[in-house]
Amino acid sequence: MMMSTPDLLAPERPVPTTRELFLGFLGLGMTAFGGALPLAHRMIVERRKWLTDPEFVELLGLCQFLPGGNIINLSVALGMKFRGWKGALAGVTGLIAVPSMVVILLGMIYQHFQHDPNVKHLFAGLAAAAAGLLIQMAVKIALPLRKNLVLAGVAVVCFVAIALLRIPLLWVMLVMTPISVVLTARYGERFAAKPQSVPVQDEGKKEGAQ
Amino acid sequence: MSQTLIALVIIFTQLSVLAFGGGNTILPEMQRQVVEVHQWMSAEDFSALFALGQAAPGPNLMVVTLVGWHVAGFWGMLVTSLAKFGPSSIITIIMLHVWERFKDKPWRRHVQAGLLPVTGGLVAASALLITQASITHGFLAAITAATAIIALKTKIHPLWLLFGGALAGFFYLGTF
Repeated sequence: MMMSTPDLLAPERPVPTTRELFLGFLGLGMTAFGGALPLAHRMIVERRKWLTDPEFVELLGLCQFLPGGNIINLSVALGMKFRGWKGALAGVTGLIAVPSMVVILLGMIYQHFQHDPNVKHLFAGLAAAAAGLLIQMAVKIALPLRKNLVLAGVAVVCFVAIALLRIPLLWVMLVMTPISVVLTARYGERFAAKPQSVPVQDEGKKEGAQ
Repeated sequence: MSQTLIALVIIFTQLSVLAFGGGNTILPEMQRQVVEVHQWMSAEDFSALFALGQAAPGPNLMVVTLVGWHVAGFWGMLVTSLAKFGPSSIITIIMLHVWERFKDKPWRRHVQAGLLPVTGGLVAASALLITQASITHGFLAAITAATAIIALKTKIHPLWLLFGGALAGFFYLGTF
């Protein structure tokens, strides 16, 4: 199917067993610090060859579209695809087994030494740095929106509703998501400075203009 | 006790279903529920738990496990994790088949694009709330600002920044 010939004439692709799914995601969970996506690609596509690159991108698209963490969804979807319910369960439990234990260990240390001034300073610095990483993430997502006043407006309304007015997320999502989808569909491209600022364009559906 | 567990299930099931755009979009609601509505911990504690979750390996929602554990011990952790990861996983499994059928429908692209501004607003809200709760000292503000700038300008691994922040806090704050 692929245009560019792969190095080998794709042999029988291995279908991972439930055990392999568990172990694959166990390894991923253990090593994935701060952003597991590149590592997931390396594990799933390059090392274990469970998926081809386009398959990975397609599955990731679904996982980003749905609620829940992308990597969590990816582990579930991949497990389900190969081994059904058992595979899905194996993938997700493998992924969160080690991090859960590590995080609880850290939590116990925090709780135990919370009142030791040195440890307190250590955790205060850690929390401040984590806040900085969140700011970076927010800037990265929000910055492209400034080219489009309509979309920027939607983002600002969501921000104010959640951060300042502290309206429950459920109501904000129920009201703002449909509004945002309609506005994006209608004005997303017209008010955009550059056409390529609109994300993924479907290959097969190229319109004549631009 | 069981009252608390039920409350945890309700909160995290809802968060699981609403977590469009990854984990950080639901952080403000998690904080609102845990700190303001149920008063299980202070805003500062919540920020510390969030930071611990970031420093640990694995998906970036590990704060969920910690909150459950902090509020109600082992059962709290179990119940919270199941409530958080279960519903979104079931949705993924169901959508796995539906997804193929709507592959070429334009609405799929519209929904995906439409979620982006909402996500942007929510992640910005997370950043504000966590920053507010984390910065109790001028030096901590400097750590936050430095981390944000370095993360934006370089490709350094986030774990180094967390490590650096922790060390800076440890050595510098101790001198006051």
